Amino acid sequence: MVGAIERLGGGFIRFIEQMGLMGLFLFTSIKKALAPPYQLFPIIKQIHFIGARSTLVILVAGSFTGMVVALQFYDTLVRFGSVAMLGSAVALGLIRELGPVLSALVVIGRAGSSICAEIGIMRTDEQIDSLECMAIDPYKFLIVPRMIAGLLAVPALTMLFIFVGIFGGWFVGVVLFGVNEAAYFQGMYHTVVWHDIEMGLVKSIIFGLIIIWVATAKGFLMHLDENGAFGSEGVSRTTTNAVVISTIGILIADYLISAIML
Amino acid sequence: MSEREVVIEVRDLVTHYGDTMILNHVDLQVFRGEILVVMGGSGSGKSTLLRHLLGLNKPTSGSIKILGKETTDLNQKGMYELRRQIGVAFQGGALFSSMSVAENVQLPLREHTNLDEGTIEIMSRMKLEMVNLAGFGHLRPSELSGGMLKRAGLARSLIMDPKLLFFDEPSAGLDPVVSAELDQLIINLRDAMEMTIVVVTHELDSAFDIADRIVILDKGKILITGTVDEVKNSELPRVQDLLNRRPRNEEIDVDEYLHRLTAPRD
Repeated sequence: MVGAIERLGGGFIRFIEQMGLMGLFLFTSIKKALAPPYQLFPIIKQIHFIGARSTLVILVAGSFTGMVVALQFYDTLVRFGSVAMLGSAVALGLIRELGPVLSALVVIGRAGSSICAEIGIMRTDEQIDSLECMAIDPYKFLIVPRMIAGLLAVPALTMLFIFVGIFGGWFVGVVLFGVNEAAYFQGMYHTVVWHDIEMGLVKSIIFGLIIIWVATAKGFLMHLDENGAFGSEGVSRTTTNAVVISTIGILIADYLISAIML
Repeated sequence: MSEREVVIEVRDLVTHYGDTMILNHVDLQVFRGEILVVMGGSGSGKSTLLRHLLGLNKPTSGSIKILGKETTDLNQKGMYELRRQIGVAFQGGALFSSMSVAENVQLPLREHTNLDEGTIEIMSRMKLEMVNLAGFGHLRPSELSGGMLKRAGLARSLIMDPKLLFFDEPSAGLDPVVSAELDQLIINLRDAMEMTIVVVTHELDSAFDIADRIVILDKGKILITGTVDEVKNSELPRVQDLLNRRPRNEEIDVDEYLHRLTAPRD
């Protein structure tokens, strides 16, 4: 019994410790990002990695999401005789919820995991120590470009996702089920207000931050892991953790932002 | 001896990992232009000592003075200024796999100097020539062997022409010929550039070949400090064990041994 309480308490202490480390990591990264020198090229390189190389996946995921949303809404709306609302329903669903959340999940799977593994290996391979010894700030060199790139690339990918999603919905609604094309786009035009777009944008920016923060922090702080992450097994465990934490973090943040902004 | 300039001075260094004491009141001096080899078995604390000399870990207590600066008090800016005069060659090279070998070697120059592209290129080629890697600059680290990675890491650590060089395990995992070449290179660096070099190793042959002085660490304490001959002729049984590759002859406390075997799992 005492052992169980001890373990529970120990787990809680480690959790608080990890949260503290992660928070400090974010604080340091932001501080370093604001301090000169500012370097553009590494950021562009990271945008290419996080953004451009995720484009194809986003295109496929976005169009199929739009298609299935249109399919489901059509089936529901047709029962109430209001298929003219299809365009608005698809657009609102994509802009406020599905676009930001699903894009973020795609980015976690494609870029978040590999960023975490890459930085974790740099930690085990003494590459981060070697940066320190070369008097190159590892935050400035490794973390800051990735964070800024994430803050820019995730919203851009989300917009792309929503854009192709709306046309996926158009394909199912208008082309397959014969909904009036003008009604599809006009309804959208009249229903969607700036606040909806704002909500989608805020979400995608915060999701971008969460993804890159968790991925870089987990990899960077791997040597401080409570279970002593080490070597290839440590990298794999850390990467899994990062994916789980950022996924859950995004779903929780999604609810909170919706609750605050709606 | 007393008139030589002291480059590194460690006084009463105590460090812990968790609750375990790793370095137990270590004192150490390194003089300008000498090769000091830090030796010891696994777990002796030699890697920890290196990390503290590099300022990567913070000690529990004690003082570390490098090139006249007390590193335990330095802030990041001061530490980074000091580190520009120091080269560090890591065990596995620690090269960035996303860059070519040449780009890796050039990295400190790009970060710390405003030299033009042509000069940077020539300087990196010079260093690669020094470590016998001429013509390998365009390769990725993944295309190099372990020994080549180590030498490329050495080239990178030399690119800023440091006054002080740290080398972690130069001969570990290398074949004898390459290892001997690397030893020769270390001696040349001392003689030609008057570099002060601290080598951490557990390889006896290599240590005896290159060292001006040897420090042997054992269980976090300095066992002996001296020239190669002084160490070889030491009467200390633990030193002789290490030099003759004898297993430790520690007295076994029977009660304690039984207790360890039967103790409940924690």
